[in-house]
Amino acid sequence: MSERRVTAAAAAVGLAVLLAVPFYAGPFWLQAGLFAMAAAIGAIGLNVLTGAAGQLSMGHAFFLAVGAYTYVWLAAEPEEAAGRTLSGLGWPTWTAAVAAVAVAGIAGGACSPIAGRLKGPALGIATLALVFLGQHVMLRADSVTGGVNGRAVPPMELLGFRFADTPQPLYVLGVPFGGLERLWYLALLLLVLAGLFARGVLRSRPGRALNTIRDNEIAAGAMGVPVARYRAAAFVLSSMYAGLAGVLVALAFQRTVPEYFGLTLALDYLAMIVIGGLGTVAGAVTGAVFVSVLPMLLTRYGDAVPLVAPPGSSGGMSPAEAARLLYGVAFVAVLLYLPGGVLGLAARIRIRLRARRRPASPLPSRPEETPA
Amino acid sequence: MSTIVEILVNGLASGAVYALIALGFVVIFKATEVINFAHTSLLLAGGYLVAVLHDDIGFAGAVLAGVAATAVLATLVELVVLRRVRTGGHATLSIVTIGVDIVLTVELTRRIGTEVLPLGDPWGDRVVRIGDVTIAQTRIAAFAVAVAVIAAFLLAFRFTSWGVAMRAAAENRRTAALMGVRLGRVSAGAWAVAGALAALAALFMCVFPTPGLDRTTSLAALKALPAAVLGGIDSTTGALVGGVLIGITEAAVVGYQNDVALFGGGFAEIAPYLLMTVVLLARPAGLFGTREPARV
Repeated sequence: MSERRVTAAAAAVGLAVLLAVPFYAGPFWLQAGLFAMAAAIGAIGLNVLTGAAGQLSMGHAFFLAVGAYTYVWLAAEPEEAAGRTLSGLGWPTWTAAVAAVAVAGIAGGACSPIAGRLKGPALGIATLALVFLGQHVMLRADSVTGGVNGRAVPPMELLGFRFADTPQPLYVLGVPFGGLERLWYLALLLLVLAGLFARGVLRSRPGRALNTIRDNEIAAGAMGVPVARYRAAAFVLSSMYAGLAGVLVALAFQRTVPEYFGLTLALDYLAMIVIGGLGTVAGAVTGAVFVSVLPMLLTRYGDAVPLVAPPGSSGGMSPAEAARLLYGVAFVAVLLYLPGGVLGLAARIRIRLRARRRPASPLPSRPEETPA
Repeated sequence: MSTIVEILVNGLASGAVYALIALGFVVIFKATEVINFAHTSLLLAGGYLVAVLHDDIGFAGAVLAGVAATAVLATLVELVVLRRVRTGGHATLSIVTIGVDIVLTVELTRRIGTEVLPLGDPWGDRVVRIGDVTIAQTRIAAFAVAVAVIAAFLLAFRFTSWGVAMRAAAENRRTAALMGVRLGRVSAGAWAVAGALAALAALFMCVFPTPGLDRTTSLAALKALPAAVLGGIDSTTGALVGGVLIGITEAAVVGYQNDVALFGGGFAEIAPYLLMTVVLLARPAGLFGTREPARV
């Protein structure tokens, strides 16, 4: 009981800190935080699929791309850029965002003949195909995607409120609220909703069913879980999370380029859930923060770290490379020594501490819980 | 007519190289039920070693050293990393190889940088003309070496005690262990063989008409993964058939890219993956893969 209260208190404090951040942090931290929150939403989705259902997906970057480009195409007005015509439907931006998530889900559903039947690593290879397919389409369908140069992302607008820099800055408690500050709250709201929803899914009937499929497919089938349908459903859900993450990344970047949505990004997402901890929402968020903020930190504070060269100079590692190397090593080390990820480590420490506080009782006796 | 023959010949030659790589995936999968996602970075390591060493110790020496060193590197990955993973099943082990791949790829691409490294092969860009069909010498060498190596591998797999141990382990690990097969040695051996095959394949992926080894070589080699999967990840026959299918498909797409509008603009890059998807839709276990029967 007290355990749960501690967790709730920690969550409340964390939320309060996150709500206060835009009042104190500069653009660097806001940008880093925005990417981390977008990545966290995507990682939560992947963790439902890979962590809870045991289905390896290396195609998460594809669904992020589907979300990002669908949003841009639906929301943008048709335009002439660099001698090329870019088409666009000019929808209200919030409907475009909702539709982008739905389209990502439909794309995931279209994969269900494969996603429902293959399991584990075999699905990983099949989804690898999606990343390459996506790259090809993004580069070729340039009237929709803008080709290799990408497209500008129309800023989000909800009931006349623009999530972008405006000519007259909006002051809240004396702090100017530009695009980054506004997007911060949008991303935070979406992250909390996405996290709560995934937590609900994982802790209730469908989550248990997915875990059973992961642990023993035949037992799950024998107990009446429609294995293929649940696998496909987990795939659709994770695609929709990826689509939402894609929309947020596009809004934060203000430009979508095909290069970003490559194999590297797909592996980044896998690294997030592995490092944070497979199968839980908090694990996905922890890993996402680690993987997406690390390269930015090394870029900014690289001078103080040995072996990392400032960008542009020769010799030593570039910050991006150093970051990838670091989390590659973390990836392997976590699987070797920390099953359950960073979050699992925290849980183990908590158990150890509790054991120390209440020493030498083989049976956990709790007098307050015994019925009178 | 000559186009078709050229496409077939070139497809067969690059298919043989894909088969070498795909065989590496299959060997490791058979021995340990792990899909080795680090295979392409091992290949990159082998190619890099040959590129760096050939100036000092000559081409043949560099190839031997590269193959040996990559085999050792692969064995080290198995001994130092995979064997120490205690939790989770084969799926976790496959995910671990992704982490290994990230580390190896970062280090190798950092060393290679933006350069294109020549491998110093003796064939250069010379061609052989038979009638009105032109074939690069490198293609002939690739085909001959790949066929010889694959034949040697299959013979060893069939007749040596190492091969018998490996097949026994693939059939039923527990029984094999009870019969005295050392599973540790089997899997270390499988990784060594896969590493050697990868280094050899790297050589032929980086010679004419490819300008040399660069950081994208591992992406090109990744196309052997669909080859292994569409053939059936647990079947050596499947790896060979899959490799050749992928090779010919790719050659055909490149050969007809001016005639068929769909094939333009880098379609050859994704054709192997599309082919795999189509095969998987019809046969989820691949062409020659065994469907896992389950006893309830």
